[in-house]
This record gives sequence, structure tokens and C-alpha cells, in this order.
Amino acid sequence: MPQLQFREAIREAMQEEMRRDDRVFLMGEEVAEYDGAYKVSQGMLAEFGPKRIIDTPISELGFSGIGVGAAMNGLIPIVEFMTFNFSIVGVDQILNNAAKIRYMSGGQVNMPIIFRGPNAAAGQLGATHSVAYESFFSYFPGLKVIYASEPYDAKGLLKSAIRDGNPIIFMESEQMYGLKGEVPEEEYLIPIGKGKIKREGDDVTIVAHGKMLYVARQAAEQLAKDGIECEIIDPRTIKPFDIDLVIESVKKTNRVVLVDESHPFGGVASEVGFLIQRDAFDYLDAPVQRVTLPDVPAPFAKNLYDIWFPDTKQVIAAVKAVTYTN
Amino acid sequence: MAIIIDMPKLSDTMEEGVISKWNIKEGDAVKSGDIIAEVETDKATMDVEAFDDGVVLKIMAKEGEAVPLGGKMVIIGEKGEDISDLLGGDSAKDDKGSSDEKKSEKSAKSEKSEPEKSDSKKDFDPLFGDLEKSEEKPSEESSDDDSSRLKASPLARKIAEDQGIKLSQVKGSGPNGRIVKKDVESFDGASVATEEKKSDSKAPSMPVYEISAEDQEFKISQMRKTIAKRLAESKFTNPHFYETIDIDMKRAMEARTAMNAAGDVKISFNDLVVKACAKALRLHPKMNSSWLGDVIKQHGGVHVAVAVAIDDGLVTPVIRNADVKGLAQISAETKELAGKARDKKLQPEDWEGSTFTISNLGMYGIEEFTAIINPPNAAILAVGAIRDVPVVENGQVVPGKRMKVTLSSDHRVVDGATCAEFLNTVRKFLENPTTMLVY
Repeated sequence: MPQLQFREAIREAMQEEMRRDDRVFLMGEEVAEYDGAYKVSQGMLAEFGPKRIIDTPISELGFSGIGVGAAMNGLIPIVEFMTFNFSIVGVDQILNNAAKIRYMSGGQVNMPIIFRGPNAAAGQLGATHSVAYESFFSYFPGLKVIYASEPYDAKGLLKSAIRDGNPIIFMESEQMYGLKGEVPEEEYLIPIGKGKIKREGDDVTIVAHGKMLYVARQAAEQLAKDGIECEIIDPRTIKPFDIDLVIESVKKTNRVVLVDESHPFGGVASEVGFLIQRDAFDYLDAPVQRVTLPDVPAPFAKNLYDIWFPDTKQVIAAVKAVTYTN
Repeated sequence: MAIIIDMPKLSDTMEEGVISKWNIKEGDAVKSGDIIAEVETDKATMDVEAFDDGVVLKIMAKEGEAVPLGGKMVIIGEKGEDISDLLGGDSAKDDKGSSDEKKSEKSAKSEKSEPEKSDSKKDFDPLFGDLEKSEEKPSEESSDDDSSRLKASPLARKIAEDQGIKLSQVKGSGPNGRIVKKDVESFDGASVATEEKKSDSKAPSMPVYEISAEDQEFKISQMRKTIAKRLAESKFTNPHFYETIDIDMKRAMEARTAMNAAGDVKISFNDLVVKACAKALRLHPKMNSSWLGDVIKQHGGVHVAVAVAIDDGLVTPVIRNADVKGLAQISAETKELAGKARDKKLQPEDWEGSTFTISNLGMYGIEEFTAIINPPNAAILAVGAIRDVPVVENGQVVPGKRMKVTLSSDHRVVDGATCAEFLNTVRKFLENPTTMLVY
């Protein structure tokens, strides 16, 4: 099976869908002439031409609105944000138009649109460029939110997203674009809303999405040396969330640690923690624990950033707390 | 005037006492003579009484907490009295304020405890706040708010319900004593084992062992701590030496049968050994001594302690002046003391002041063994089982009854010959019980 970088997997998904359906097009800052700020769309201008690979000005509200209008008129736009931190400038188009048009039109107007780009912190980028937006977008009815952590998942999910017919937030990470993983040559789709067990274990369930999957894996390896076997679930889709998979695992392990790149209040972990206590109350042997960012904007200084960002130590401490092995 | 009740000395060897139960709570009125608490010492569970009238102002040790000898247990005084000077430390600052501030003491406390907690975890998450911390703080403070509430994880509750286990009987190992899955499961194992034992009553001699692959750790009881400390000290400081002698028990058995024939008494072999040793100690007073560092104290009275095995340990209640007591009395006292020992009802006067100790494992079929001297005694006699052995009498091999006893002695106090003479006297008494009448 070929090894593809995360960026290549996303590119293949877009290329395949654009070849399959000529309604699909890509637009965003630097996606065409520059071959993509992170080289995700490398070579796509050459293949599909300037009508389907469109460079936009630095005007997120404007080109998000163009995307919404195009979708209303029967096209399938993929709107790339250089980072989701910049999507906030165009958020009115996403939340009030893309997310609500089908509802407000009584189902008469479809909204097949993908907003995609890197999300969350990626090193020392400062407070305004380091925000994890998955919980924010998941708050709004009408949007589906996907945050893949591996090339295989990214490709299969992006293809499903393009065919889904609904407004979708598709999140990536600057720090994951170079990650390699096996991606089959033949076509495949991954259903939206289905998580995956990425490591099996009996002692504790760790739910981790996006970059946090890697933090969780490192913690699990260290904990295995102490005889604690972690089951790691990557939900892959934040909304709709595959709570059934998590509940099934919790019934086996009786303990949960949620690892979330969001801030604590109202983050993804808050909602998942609530669902677990409601649906698996009688199976819990310890309170649900979570590892999140602190309730503080991202610091720029390296030493502070390292403390701010969730790491394996915190995951290990949380696992030890829920397994009573401190 | 408010007074502090300190941990009293409830046994001569205790260094700390564990509050096993408070009979009072803050705000209660107490009268002189009220039993305010039960305290587990190294030997027994003892009552602590109040010697003054007043109102309980502050309980300073929680149930289950060990308080050193002289440590603060509770403050009793007049209602509303300022006790800040008795509290000492930073808690004094808290209590200096108005009564309003006192009312909010509880919330103030918990606010205070959180930064302390995060300090201790500072090495990895100075920013991760109270949201996470408060979930699992092991602070004992919250537990005394509602100590009556049974804390158990939802899973533990469900397992207990499914298996008909009473959670109140399960000891929790989680934070704040929370009962978790592991606790219920291990409890279940124990009760299953008992049930098996019960159903197996036809063959009571075959104990049913619980098979568990899991390692377990048990909290060390006060008694265990004392045994560990005193016996290690004895074995490592007292230069022990050992002498074993084989005693013909034929006549002792005949004598015992004759004594018990009437049916109004039931003298045991152990009673005979106690009596024989007590008499022999009177004849060999050097054996009835203690090493006190600068002097050797030869005791005026002969007080023989008898080791009694109880759950998780042993105690050594004392038969006082055993040399002048009749066998019937020795027998009755031993039975009473052993019963009290098993019920943990022994009082300090029951175990203090022995001058010699006897440890008997004959009923387990142990042929011979060596015992560790019970300080401050100079010696201890380890008594083995009475065995059927072939003996040569008048050139003929005939069946005989023999019992081996081993004397462990403190060489600082006595020497080999002294002990040998003592042992020979014991042997003479047991081989011809009537000779005890002579002295």
C-alpha cells in the first residue's frame, strides 16, 4: 500500500472528486498560482485550470459568501482557509448562511459546501493563530465537523464530505501535513460520524481527536510499561459524534480520559463527558477525566507554550487517576 | 475556659492511638464521665472519657486517624468561645475573625485547599485549573461534611447490587474512601470463600483457601505495628540463647485425668505448665528478672503471661501471682483472659507487668520451636506437643508420652546453667506433679 503524506491524501481526495463531478471546485488564498500555502493543492491548477482552482483575495467573508452563493446555485465549492483562525473573519457566512439556509428555506435550498484548512495550535504562532475551533463550529446546528488525524481517514472522509450535500467543516493541521500513512490505491469512502478504535486495551478508554491522537498514543505506550492498557478511540468526526463506539468501550474499561485540544469550558470533552455519564453511568468506576488546554489564550514564549499545550504527562496523570494507580 | 483533650496513654507501650469512633460531634454538649471516643491502641480498643463538662468546640482528629501520644484530639469549652489560641498555626488566623467569617469557614477552607493541591502537582500543570482538580481532590475535608454518606463508583454500586453485596461492608480504596470496582470484586471473593466454608461444614478440618492471583496490600494495624516493633527490638537487642528439654508427661497426664474426673474443673496441660513454671520461678528468682540497662530487677511477684493468638496478631494476658494460685483459678483466669483477648476487650491491667511468658503451640502438633522473648521478661518458654514415643523403661521398650519445651533466655540477665537448673525444676514438677505440693 502506498505511503502518502496527509497533504497528498487530501489532494487525492479533491482531485478524485473533481474528476468525478465537474460541479466541484476549490477556492482560497494561494491555492492556485502558488500551489497552496501548505502545498495541499500542488499541481491542481495545472490539471483543472483557473476556472476550478481559484485564487481569492485576502477576504474571508467575501469568498465564504461566494462559496455559499455557488452552493445555492448547484455547485460544490471547497473553500480553503489558510487556517481556521482566519475563518473567523468570514464566520457570518458560515454560521448564518451555510449552516441555516436549508433549514430557513424549508429544505428548498441545498448547501453542499466544504470549508477546510488547518485548525488549532501549531507551535509558536501566538494567541490569535492558535485556536482549536472544532467545539465552536460543533455548537451550531446544521454543520458537520470532521477533524481527521491520519492520511487514510482524511482522504476517505473528505471524499464523503464532498458527496454529502451538506455544509461541512473539515479540519487539518499544519503540523500533520507532513505525516505519512498507508492509503490504498483503490477508491474508498469513510462514513461521516463513525469513530475508530486506534489502539485496543482493557483498562481505560482514551478519546482523542486530531493531533491529540499522537499525544494519547505516546501516553499509552508509556502506560503499557506499567501494565495499564489504554484503548484509544479517534472519533474522526466531531459532529455527529460517534458516542456509541465510546460507550461500548467504556462498558468494557469502566474508565475514561478525554484528550481535547480545546479550552476546558464548553469544549468537545465537556459534551462527550456529559454523554458518557448519562449513557454509561452504571459502568463508570471513576469520574470521567479530561486533559485540555487551560482556560488561557496561547502564549507565544516557548517555555509557556510547552506548559500550555496538552502533553503525555498530563494524559498519564489522568489515566492513573481514573485507574486509581497513583 | 476551653481545654484540649490530648491522646491519653491507654497502654504502657502505646505511642499513638487510632480514633476508631467518635461518639460526639462539634457542637454537642458533654458531661464529665461521658465516653467521647473509642481509640484503638496497640493492644485493644479503649474508651476515652471526658473529665470536664462543656461543648465540643473542635474535633481535631478524624475517625481512622492516628494521633500521637499527647496529640490534640478535641477542644471542649463554652459555646462560642474563642479557641484561636488553642488551635495554633495558621488556623488561628482563620478563626480570629467575626462570627460571620467563622460561618464561612468551610468554604474558605476548601478555597484554601485547592491552591495547596495544585502546588503539589505544579511540576506538570500549573495552568490546568481547578476545574480538573476539584473532581478528584483527595482532601479529607469534604469527607467529614458527609461522612455518613457511602461513597461508591456507579459501577461498584451496580456490581454490589447485582451480587447482593452490602456496600456498607466493603472498604473503599479510592479517593475519600470511595468504593470502586476492585474493592467490590475482592470483597466478593472473600464472601464466596466463607460461603464455601459454611457449606463444607462436614469436613471442618479442611480449610477452603481463596485462590487469588492478585497481590494484595493490607494496612498495618496498631497491634501488628507493636508486635513488629517490640519483637524486632527484643530479637535484635537481647542476646537470645536456647535450651531444650524433653519432659516425660505420663504422670502429668494421669494427674490431669484424676483432677478433671470430678467434672467441676477442666484443667489443661497449659495450666499445668503455667503452674509448674510459676513454682519453678519462685525457686529460681534469677529467672524472674528484667534487664533495665543499669540494673537487673528481680521481681517480687511471679506473673506469668500466656500468649494468645487472635485475629491478626497475638496478645499476652497475665496470670498474676501464678505461683500461689491453684490450678482451678489459673485455668479459670486463663479462659477468661483468652476470651477477652479474642473479643479485643483486654484492659491494660490484663496484659501489663508480666515477669515470664509461656507460648504453647502444642495444640497445633508443633514438636518444638523457639520463641522470641517478650520484653521486659528475661525468658520465654516455648511448649511443644505431647508425643507418643517409644521409651526404654527397665530395659523394655514401652510406649511413652514426651513433651519438648524450649527456653529462650536473655543472656544479659541469666546464664546457661541458671536456665538449665530452672528447666530441670520445671521438668521435675511436670514429671511428678505431686512434688509441686512441697513448695
